[in-house]
Amino acid sequence: MAATEQLVYERPHSLSETPNSYCPGCTHGVAHHLIAEVLDEMNLRERTIGVAPVGCSVFAYNYFNMDFAEAAHGRAPAMATGLKRLQPGRIVFTYQGDGDLASIGMGEIVHAAGRGELITVIFINNANYGMTGGQMAPTTLPGQKTTSSPYGRDVETAGYPIRMAELLATLEGAAYVVRRSLHDPKNIRLAKKALHTAFEAQVRGLGFSMVELLSTCPTNWGLTPLEALKWLEQNMLPAFPLGDYKVSPSLAGTRP
Amino acid sequence: MPRELLKGNEAMAEAAIRVGLEAYFGYPITPQTEILEWMSRRMPELGRVFVQAESELGAVNMVYGAACTGARVMSSSSSPGVSLMMEGLSYIAGTELPVVLIDIMRGGPGLGNIAPSQGDYNQMVHGGGHGDYHPIVLAPATVQEAVDLTVEAFDLAEKYRNLVFVVADGNVGQIMEPAELPAMREVKRATPEWALTGAEGRERRFLSSIYIDPVYEEVTNKRLQERWLEIQQNEVRYREYYLEDADLVVIGFGTAGRIALTAVRAARAEGIRAGLLRPVALSPYPYAAIDELAKRASAFLVVEMNAGQMLEDVQRAVAGRVPVDFYGRMGGMVPFPDEILDEIRRVAREPRAQADPRVAWLKRLEKVLPH
Amino acid sequence: MQTEIIIAGFGGQGVLFAGELLAYAGMDAGRVVTWIPSYGPEMRGGTANCTVIIADEEIGSPLVRNPQAVIAMNLPSLEKYEPLVRPGGVLAVNASMANRTAVRTDITSVGLPANEMAESLGNRRLTNMIMLGALLARLPVLSLESIEQAMAAHLPERHRKLLPDNYKALRQGAAAVS
Repeated sequence: MAATEQLVYERPHSLSETPNSYCPGCTHGVAHHLIAEVLDEMNLRERTIGVAPVGCSVFAYNYFNMDFAEAAHGRAPAMATGLKRLQPGRIVFTYQGDGDLASIGMGEIVHAAGRGELITVIFINNANYGMTGGQMAPTTLPGQKTTSSPYGRDVETAGYPIRMAELLATLEGAAYVVRRSLHDPKNIRLAKKALHTAFEAQVRGLGFSMVELLSTCPTNWGLTPLEALKWLEQNMLPAFPLGDYKVSPSLAGTRP
Repeated sequence: MPRELLKGNEAMAEAAIRVGLEAYFGYPITPQTEILEWMSRRMPELGRVFVQAESELGAVNMVYGAACTGARVMSSSSSPGVSLMMEGLSYIAGTELPVVLIDIMRGGPGLGNIAPSQGDYNQMVHGGGHGDYHPIVLAPATVQEAVDLTVEAFDLAEKYRNLVFVVADGNVGQIMEPAELPAMREVKRATPEWALTGAEGRERRFLSSIYIDPVYEEVTNKRLQERWLEIQQNEVRYREYYLEDADLVVIGFGTAGRIALTAVRAARAEGIRAGLLRPVALSPYPYAAIDELAKRASAFLVVEMNAGQMLEDVQRAVAGRVPVDFYGRMGGMVPFPDEILDEIRRVAREPRAQADPRVAWLKRLEKVLPH
Repeated sequence: MQTEIIIAGFGGQGVLFAGELLAYAGMDAGRVVTWIPSYGPEMRGGTANCTVIIADEEIGSPLVRNPQAVIAMNLPSLEKYEPLVRPGGVLAVNASMANRTAVRTDITSVGLPANEMAESLGNRRLTNMIMLGALLARLPVLSLESIEQAMAAHLPERHRKLLPDNYKALRQGAAAVS
């Protein structure tokens, strides 16, 4: 029998040709890929406008093959609000890290969710500030050593991690708020499904949607990529439980 | 359009609406809140976008995002709120987007008060946000001018892809005067070649103020500076009163300018050859006009509702050729015409060259202030 | 040539509206006008005042230290503004709310119990119109007819039924000091 060619993998059209500059083993690349696959599958690329944050993913606009704006630190949800309100027929998403979203941008994200802004937020939680070299973030675990908590995060003086999915799920404006993880293939598949549902919530005009993705930062954590995945599983999962925190009843039964 | 008796804040809001404002984002702060309230009523009834943001930070970044679509968008605020917006304004300047912002200035620094002030001159005219950028700054003194300059602000913003600020003190916002509004125009969304509309059948675009390679950041800066030179060439605006034979030139903008007009008329009645130059655009500044006046006048008096922020621009233009004196009220205090008339009389009597006229001014102010 | 009028009183006494009427009437008469309120914390319950200027050329300062005319709707306004009226000017005092009359002799002053007069017309809120009528009887800057026409032209539809009472109040105010 003649061998037939079968296409088993194709680079998503929603990704550009530009190779990304993320560190080896960093899960940003995985997250980008999942978003691109979902936008391809939903045939949304040409209708979508992304908003990049300040942080490691500040160059996200280079890697996605679609219109993009670059926001000020933490302000992506406000910028996305402006883009979406003027173009209600377009799909608008922000891609934000934990310093961007849960610290300096706390006001913007809470109120975008509170208003039920029809945007989708992809929230990368890797328990530290990556781009500036691994400082303590609002998501840094108690006792976790970073370059600005060299003795480990002392909850007496630096407080406790902030759980964004749980927090935003309390708001009426939120239609879909879940936490997933990128530490193994099974969870990566679940993350992709969640991204699909989040964009579906926006397409159907149900309200604000956010997928929080637990991610690794091997470089700043001082671990190999494999060790980093294990560290995430052992330390972050107990602190940031995976789950569906808000799912609009209208989304019941939505399957990609 | 018939003339109507209009309040400054509401007239500016309605003028923006009539020339095709598509979206307004703002946050309440006195003394500009009537603009926000007017927008909250009018924009939804016209099917346009109104969002009361969570803060001025939110508002300016919503404007930033909305401006990326090529639509006519604006915000308004007052001094402390504008301070909070400075981050976003610098980003908007760096991204070269057309945005209009109205600042109804109040007393400061800090929380200050809600009384009329011109204390934002430096913040608005000479930057405030980080980096090298130059906004166009327009300063109305009457309700009609507030209407006309609001209309012009959008055209200028779009022509130059530049920030345009309309700055007025609380008096201009609160005053009612007869004015004529522009006719209602249909909204026409411009879709410039840079707008983010979704990459449908075309190459992707991105809008950003980031140029991580300094080489390209410098290229961008050069473009901004060249545009600024062009703006300086084309967009100087000022009003002249009794300047033909003036020996003593008073310079003031906004409310301080019109109060000075009353004083100049009174001085003329006393036989003092005083005249008034009222800058209508504060940026670009009428340096050339002042340079010409410095060749024939024997003294200048700058009048402001701040501690002499514009004074320094006048001094730059006069370049030490004739004395430049100063009178200002601060912190939300508004001078009465008779105070300025006294100053005109004093300068006419004894024009003196002073390195810094503010030293003597602060001493004179002691007599006016409560102890 | 310009005429400056300050109307001052407590919030709720219709001070700002009386000033607006003057501005409307001036505008309708083809004059140049400005109306400016004191704004600020005082607008929330304390004293309120506005300055109206009616002129024949571009108005410079919208604020004046020494106005040609003042309506003082209460005692604090009388205390504050009596010394400021320009010599030869006019001061109208609401005697219902002030336990003294004007003392200056270099100005024309009139006092009338505007609260009681309004109540006898059946509406306490007509006090401002009574005072406006009294002022205009002594300050011939605008006619009573022009104020009535301005009211008819610019009063919102829902307040139209109040027009006859307002006219009556204006006339009674004028008559009381003529």
